[in-house]
Amino acid sequence: MTPTGPASNAKPAKPQPATAQPATAQPASALGAVCETFVIRGRTVVPGIVEGEALVTRDRISGWGGVDPRTGTIIETRHELRGQSFAGKVLVFPGAKGSSGWSAQFHVARLMGTAPAAWLFNRMCTKIALGAVVSHSPAVTDFDQDPLELIRTGDWVRVDADAGVVTITRRGN
Amino acid sequence: MNLTDEEKAMRDGRDGDGVAKAMDLLVRYGQALGAESLVETRNVCGTVTATTPFMRDFAMQKGGLDAVFSEFNLDSAQVVDVPKVRAFSSHLQLGFDPHHPLEMGVSEQVVEFYKRSEAMAARMGVQILNTCTPYQVGNVPTRGEHCAWMESSAVIYVNSVLGARTNCEGRESTSAAMLTCRIPNWGYHLDGPRLGTLGVTLDIAVESVEDWGLLGYWMGDWVQDRVPVISGTTQVPNLPRLKHFGAAASSSGGVEMYHIVGVTPEASTAEQAYGANKPLEVRHYGERQRSETLERINANGSDPKVDYVMLGCPHYTIEQIWEAAQLLEGRKVHHDCALWIFTPRAIKSLSDRNGYTAIIEAAGGKIMTDSCSAMSRAVPPGTKVVALDSAKQAHYLPAILGLEAWFGTTVQCIDAACSGRWSAV
Repeated sequence: MTPTGPASNAKPAKPQPATAQPATAQPASALGAVCETFVIRGRTVVPGIVEGEALVTRDRISGWGGVDPRTGTIIETRHELRGQSFAGKVLVFPGAKGSSGWSAQFHVARLMGTAPAAWLFNRMCTKIALGAVVSHSPAVTDFDQDPLELIRTGDWVRVDADAGVVTITRRGN
Repeated sequence: MNLTDEEKAMRDGRDGDGVAKAMDLLVRYGQALGAESLVETRNVCGTVTATTPFMRDFAMQKGGLDAVFSEFNLDSAQVVDVPKVRAFSSHLQLGFDPHHPLEMGVSEQVVEFYKRSEAMAARMGVQILNTCTPYQVGNVPTRGEHCAWMESSAVIYVNSVLGARTNCEGRESTSAAMLTCRIPNWGYHLDGPRLGTLGVTLDIAVESVEDWGLLGYWMGDWVQDRVPVISGTTQVPNLPRLKHFGAAASSSGGVEMYHIVGVTPEASTAEQAYGANKPLEVRHYGERQRSETLERINANGSDPKVDYVMLGCPHYTIEQIWEAAQLLEGRKVHHDCALWIFTPRAIKSLSDRNGYTAIIEAAGGKIMTDSCSAMSRAVPPGTKVVALDSAKQAHYLPAILGLEAWFGTTVQCIDAACSGRWSAV
């Protein structure tokens, strides 16, 4: 995976155009019987392009006290992904909750090599915005279609966060 | 994002690399949020010290404390000199209590490393409050004051109870705010997002500290990060009650702002709390919701033999230490059990002078500062079962340390400490 990082020198990051594009909603379309592919569009949160396997949860994610950055796993007691690893996955989730240690946990996860490859989520908040920024992983939100409805765990997902385009290839059942 | 000339000058390096990195981070963060501008803030609460072996190793490999601050606080791989802070800045709680390294299970090397980073923070101009409750020890924002605070239980308190304005910030954004006096003008800095969208009607009296924690835990689970308006209170809740309430609500959900009609400053009336909003849904909180929440928090508890009682999440007030001292006077903590109480350093010194520390220590308990068991992952050796009077701590400790946890009142917790057993169920 090759996420494009933020500007790493003192020069300012180029101003990102606001890329909300709900007007150009594409219907989810099956491009082939063997290899079903969908495209959804959203707004750039952190730019970059990456591909990976989807890990989908309908539960919100807690950072500090909810994940273990050493292993990249969810540890929250009643979370549906408890014990599962998000390292290198395209994490698809509704939003964040819990402690303000959210960003710091995923910051450490990046340094330990266990951060998600990309973030796709529905509800913006400061925890996710900062966490995604310091993870350096591409992130997209404000979709024209609900990623939680369309993407299943195990699907192959290409995230072009520069353009706000997410391409999903169905895998398995 | 629209930047002022002053902000552009900071971004372009006028004030050095540290400030430029801070502004660069704030711009990236503001763009991620979709914020249109930054807002000025002169009240920041965050964490800048280094307390983990991971950070110590990082410092040794990458160039000392400046490297740690650059990476962990400014998201900069380039090591920059750390400038003094411009905003009034307060330090939050740590990963351990440096006065009790043995109990906390940290090595002398880590304590030494921490002390160096604390000295650096103090040199930067950061107030070494070392608490999750800065509003208890001298940092009480005024209504409408734009702040940049982290620590979810403090954020919900200053937004809701004091009417100050902050989002739930993180380590990196607060550090950047300390250096620049700026934070993205988004969310709870604006009028609209502060208005209520959901209603909670109390059908039962919510009065004790335990009652407020249970209501908060139930409410957070439902509303997540939306803004609830609570009506039907029978008694005005005081600081320990709202401290517990907010901490619980921000743990089970992500609540950062609430209104209590007739109590909190932006809710003199329900109309004021909702503004132009119509409540999307109103739920009732009654006996059934209360007992189900208690059962849910206690779902991890099965063994009545209690090894450890922890009080002080969020950090205890002097009133709560006074209460604990009265409950403990003339009694002894059971030989198979330990009692640790966490509070800010400033309140510990008051407790010392008032004689409460002596009473608690004579009973076999300990007063600690700077941290808590969830933050430090530290409990007395061999602990399997813990008793707590905090719904927040009961939420986190089982996940973090794999312990069984009992949640109840302070009286039940002190009884458990003295008998070694949980007898409240």
